[in-house]
Amino acid sequence: MSLLSIKNLTMRFGGLTAVSNFNMELEKGQILGLIGPNGSGKTTVFNVITGFYKPTEGHLYLDGKEITGLSPDRITALGLTRIFQNSRVFRNLTVYDNVLIGDHIRMTASPAEAVLRTPNYVRQEKHAYKLSMELLEGLGLAHLVHEQAGELPYGLQRKLEVARALSTHPKVLLLDEPATGMTAEETTEMIQFILGVRKDFDLTILLIEHHMQVVMGICEQILVLNYGETIAKGNPKEIQNNQKVIDAYLGTG
Amino acid sequence: MKIKLKRNTTLTILASIGILLFSIWADQNLDAYIVRLIHMWGIYAIMVVSFNLIYGFTGQFSMAHAGLAAIGAYVVALFTLSPEIKATTFFITAPVWPINVVEWPLLPSLILGGLLTAVIGFCIGAPALRLHGDYLLIVTFGFSEIIRLLLVNLPMICNGAMGLKGIPQYSNLTWTLSAVIVTVFVVKRLVDSSYGRALKCIREDDIAAEAVGVNLFRHKILAFTISAFFVGIAGGLLAEILGTIDPSTFKPYLTYAVVTMAVLGGVRSLTGGVIAAGVYTVMSEWLRGVEAPRTIFNIDFPGIPGLRMLAFAIMLLLLILFARNGIMGNREFSWSWIFGKQNAREDKEEGNNELA
Amino acid sequence: MDISLFLQFLVNGVALGSLYALLAIGFTIIFGVVGLINIAHGDFFMMAAFLAMWGVMQYNIPWYISFALAAVITVLAGLLVEKIAYRPLRKMKTSSFIGAISISFLLQNLFVVLFTARSKPFPHPALLDEVLYIGEIVLPVVNIVIVIFSAILFLALTLIVTKTNTGRAMRAVSKDIEASQLMGVNPNKIISFAFILSTSFAAAGAFLYCSKFPYVDPFTGMMPGIKAFIGAVVGGIGSIPGAMVGGFTLGLAEIMLVAFLPTLTSYRDIFAYLVLILFLLFRPGGIFNVKVREEKV
Repeated sequence: MSLLSIKNLTMRFGGLTAVSNFNMELEKGQILGLIGPNGSGKTTVFNVITGFYKPTEGHLYLDGKEITGLSPDRITALGLTRIFQNSRVFRNLTVYDNVLIGDHIRMTASPAEAVLRTPNYVRQEKHAYKLSMELLEGLGLAHLVHEQAGELPYGLQRKLEVARALSTHPKVLLLDEPATGMTAEETTEMIQFILGVRKDFDLTILLIEHHMQVVMGICEQILVLNYGETIAKGNPKEIQNNQKVIDAYLGTG
Repeated sequence: MKIKLKRNTTLTILASIGILLFSIWADQNLDAYIVRLIHMWGIYAIMVVSFNLIYGFTGQFSMAHAGLAAIGAYVVALFTLSPEIKATTFFITAPVWPINVVEWPLLPSLILGGLLTAVIGFCIGAPALRLHGDYLLIVTFGFSEIIRLLLVNLPMICNGAMGLKGIPQYSNLTWTLSAVIVTVFVVKRLVDSSYGRALKCIREDDIAAEAVGVNLFRHKILAFTISAFFVGIAGGLLAEILGTIDPSTFKPYLTYAVVTMAVLGGVRSLTGGVIAAGVYTVMSEWLRGVEAPRTIFNIDFPGIPGLRMLAFAIMLLLLILFARNGIMGNREFSWSWIFGKQNAREDKEEGNNELA
Repeated sequence: MDISLFLQFLVNGVALGSLYALLAIGFTIIFGVVGLINIAHGDFFMMAAFLAMWGVMQYNIPWYISFALAAVITVLAGLLVEKIAYRPLRKMKTSSFIGAISISFLLQNLFVVLFTARSKPFPHPALLDEVLYIGEIVLPVVNIVIVIFSAILFLALTLIVTKTNTGRAMRAVSKDIEASQLMGVNPNKIISFAFILSTSFAAAGAFLYCSKFPYVDPFTGMMPGIKAFIGAVVGGIGSIPGAMVGGFTLGLAEIMLVAFLPTLTSYRDIFAYLVLILFLLFRPGGIFNVKVREEKV
């Protein structure tokens, strides 16, 4: 059974059909890429998967459980987390706080317990501190723990966002154009980074990307969208040689 | 580290006891006028700290304070007044049951006031908090005015525009300052906890917060309801200290005043809120003196009513233009300030787990 | 109720509706162009009324000159406020409404200090107090004047907004401020123009409103200002036809409430707030279903 399963997803906004009959099966441990020219509906698909839009038609399943129409926070709690295209770190909070928030989903103590600092609450908070520090150490950010997230250089902010996403203990990670604005060198580093993170954290990854080096380099499966429709599905080699894909990108599709 | 935390907690407890002892002494020994000022400071402090919780920390600009305070005030007034006084005060219609028979001591009335305000706060927040920015502002303002207008138009519950007078003065300074201590304690503990972190994330970027698993509604309503509870308590204490209330006590001006104080102190600082409440109370009194007519050197200076409010309006404008972060910015008082820089650094490294 | 009574209420409703529509337009223009909810709009309305009154009472200036001067001063005040209080805060959402609140607060209390909080009678041409009788229907002249003047102003505004370059530029800025800059529009100039229009409508509304309800005090502007906002939201905030329709509907509905449920007369303000809350929750785009600013995900 696939980890993330999307069946017959259609998304309409008023008269505009942004996505039409989209289907996807994401197997555990896979890295799947979603590509297509601008406006082809990739971000819309992401927004539906993560719960920011309710699909007009269709169903989504995460690890067997139906997630169609659930709110974003519920979907994150069930194990699917997204990293945005633009840096969305919590700028006025510390690096530590940015990562600690990921543990909040698992906080079972009530607000009253939090105010009273009951042993149950304190224990969970201390555990969260420990986990977050380990994450930061693993990603090489531990020395910045008390810095304001908004003051970090862009590259480190992006890393922080990964730490934050990992802190939610996802099974599936959605990456929205991770290579945006990166040099060739940075891109190669990032590819290694994604592969490493998949291994270390037992993740399944779905990504949107325009940067073909990244897509062809790490994706095992690729889905190609054009004007909301899926025009091709396959491994990198198959996609590279697919005439429909070439046409779409060159504008004759 | 353990020792440090123990030190902070002990100091806070000692300070609280000190404040309460002071309140007992002050009630006996200080001039009634000064005691009244300290009462007002305390009441405003509770309101500002509540506002900071919902706006400074959670990012939701609510203008419902006046209406919410009215609820707390009226509950306390109606429940502590004796049935005899109520029968004579209620002018247009006799009060309905249970108001006409009930007479409670202060503490349960105050708690009931706070709870009822929290419940109504929940009812307002549930729909309103789905809105953002300017819309939230206007809707909460609308609810506040609806409450006030209902108070004017429901004489059988609260005597309408005539208001209530002769409210028994059960409270003394110890009550008010205890309430301040409890409010600051609860809000600070909440803000420094995992939940507080979630609130701050909502303030920073609510979409990213949702994406990280924070349930927006649950957290916003949590902050709003707790804030409403304390505003209700403050309202109840206000009724106690004024002795007379009517719907016009709770016009939007009260909300504007709280916003002014909050901005003055720094909307993200509880310490700032408490300080600003004090500054405002003192300034308000001083300016009241300017408003009244007086004779200096045998020349009659006519009073200038309205000057007080005008001064505060100008102050708010200047603050928002030039000193948006207020007195304290987002700094908070910490015992380390008194005990030296080195301790401060260690405290910082402990992270947000300050127990005091 | 009999037909003549109903018609009387209807006439009143139409007049009040026109007044609210005038004010709602002022509100919606600023929101559309700057994205700001000018909470102080009602206070500019009050300012125009006060200055007009003062000119006549204090200096015995003939009413038409006094009104004109008051309008000019109010417009200038609006420009000044925009320059010193709103422009610096334009980028910061929450600070800009605190700024608007402080201006509202400031204007109200400035006038308390200058003129005391006591209510003062508003001088207006005696003609407006006259009443016409059509069969059994009592028709106050002031209502007729209100409707006619409002119609003229609406027409003038529509012409300005659709036919002139500045008007078109204004619509461009309200759609997309950056794109309009790329097209050579100077946003500051256009925003100033929007404020001029808005305050002019506030002033016109003030004179007409106070001719019908002839008492002014520094807080007179608050409720009309809020009703103006409610009307604008009901019609679709940012849309000028929306403001006309919304404001009109609100005024008419308010009078109809009084007509059919007279016991609820004192609840008319609560009614207005409830309408606002319901619309904001269930139809934030208003009658014309204006696109509400959605955060980009």
